[in-house]
Amino acid sequence: MTAIERIASAVVWALAAFTVVFLLTPLVVTVLVSFGSSTVFTLPAPSWSLRWYQALGRSRELWPVVWASVQLAALSTAVALVLGTLCAIGLLRSQFKARDAIVTFLVSPLMLPGLVIGIAMLETFRAAGLRDVWASLILAHVVITLPYVVRTVYAALSLFDFTLIDAARTLGLPYPKAVMKVLVPALAPAFLTSGMFAFLASMDNYPISIFFTNAWTKTLPIQMLQYVEESPDPTIAAISALLILLAAAVLVIGDRLVGLRRMADL
Amino acid sequence: MNSARRIDPVILLALPAVLYLAVVYGVPLIVLLGRSVMVGGMPSLSPFISFLSDPFSWTVIWNTVRIAVLVTLVCLFIGYPTALALARAGGVAQALILVAIILPLSVGVVVKAFAWQIVLRRDGVVSQFMTGLGLWSEPQRLLFTEAGLVIGAANVFVPFMILPIYSVLKLVDPRLGEAAATLGASPLYRFFKVALPLSLPGIVTGIAFVFSMAASMYVIPNLLIGDRFQTLATLTGRSFLFMRNEQLGSTTAVVLLVLTVAVVVGSAALSKRLGGAS
Repeated sequence: MTAIERIASAVVWALAAFTVVFLLTPLVVTVLVSFGSSTVFTLPAPSWSLRWYQALGRSRELWPVVWASVQLAALSTAVALVLGTLCAIGLLRSQFKARDAIVTFLVSPLMLPGLVIGIAMLETFRAAGLRDVWASLILAHVVITLPYVVRTVYAALSLFDFTLIDAARTLGLPYPKAVMKVLVPALAPAFLTSGMFAFLASMDNYPISIFFTNAWTKTLPIQMLQYVEESPDPTIAAISALLILLAAAVLVIGDRLVGLRRMADL
Repeated sequence: MNSARRIDPVILLALPAVLYLAVVYGVPLIVLLGRSVMVGGMPSLSPFISFLSDPFSWTVIWNTVRIAVLVTLVCLFIGYPTALALARAGGVAQALILVAIILPLSVGVVVKAFAWQIVLRRDGVVSQFMTGLGLWSEPQRLLFTEAGLVIGAANVFVPFMILPIYSVLKLVDPRLGEAAATLGASPLYRFFKVALPLSLPGIVTGIAFVFSMAASMYVIPNLLIGDRFQTLATLTGRSFLFMRNEQLGSTTAVVLLVLTVAVVVGSAALSKRLGGAS
């Protein structure tokens, strides 16, 4: 290696190391603050305590909101997995000319401003006379979760050799069983990663949900932003630390079942 | 047989999802666009003309574009080397970089913006670190400044720069660089003539992702810079949620939509051409 190469390589690794620290900073800070005794987020904390977790346990308004968000995310992810998988199979198996354009349309909610999508939906739902908070939230959240499923399952299916199903049938399996034994295991990693990211995206969504929630029915990010703006104390850090723990659990499960590198195939 | 070839029934499987998104998402966006050029039932561009003739609007547009460009540059500057390191790394280093990208991606933006509120305070970690090193003579507050906003936003969006670049870089044959070296190319020449051109489609995709997300962000500026500083997205949100000025909100929403769609469509075309060329 020449001197220039050594310097270039050192710069690359230094910047990469900086980025790793930079990326993990907010998570580490949140966890540290949640275990500190200080009410004003002092770091390093004067002493360690679990008081914010106790406060969290006593909170009467937070847990119903968490439960509502989990239900909403689970339901919208389940709907997206069914609709998205059928759609990916249909598009890939047909020799439809415009299918790339359709896939772009189906994935486009990920790239357009959430706030604009939310406003557009709000106006249309209102004009259609839809005022029910839950129905609106579920309709809107499937738009958030569906692109993740379509994108990942479509990519996985395009690598799948459909003649394997025919081979299984030649070997005597009836069609539904052939699909269950051959296609479903091949798609399992795609279901898992897209399902996890779709679930987390729904749990995290603010800019679309804000138009459909009200004082009585809220989702977690909306309740949390309200706390941060109105009465910031490390109870927020405690619930945030629990969400980070959830993300870490998802990561560990994903790594075991799929592998980290495949999870990075966004 | 002929008609069967024209419409393969398997396409019907795609119908529920496509119809769903068309009705719940496509139609509302078209209605929003349509209504933005209608005043009192007549087609009119007057909302846009009055919006664009107001100097405040240009401040808002300039704020949006400036912050998005700065965030994109920061993400490119730290994201490209990280993608390069990730593509070259093995074992523990690779796992560590992947965890540092995927774990924050799975944590909500409210959590991260809240954490940056703590980090960027006058007595926060950044200020303590800089004064500790002697780079700052006294503690400074980055919270509620543009620099703080750019740092927080770059933190949230940098994975979307790293991953597309990484996905291109990992496909590049490492022997290409060796071949160029054998032929006498200097390291710098090799980087600019071999590695960089090959990774351009990934860079273009990353820039488009980060720019459009930074131009549309709402929660992050709300927590890191506050009301004094308005972007198209925060003004759109405020118009609907607080000011009840839906006319203004629809206009800014459409301006923001056009801006992001232009960036996404333009970059997709560009990256396709670059991909085809290499």
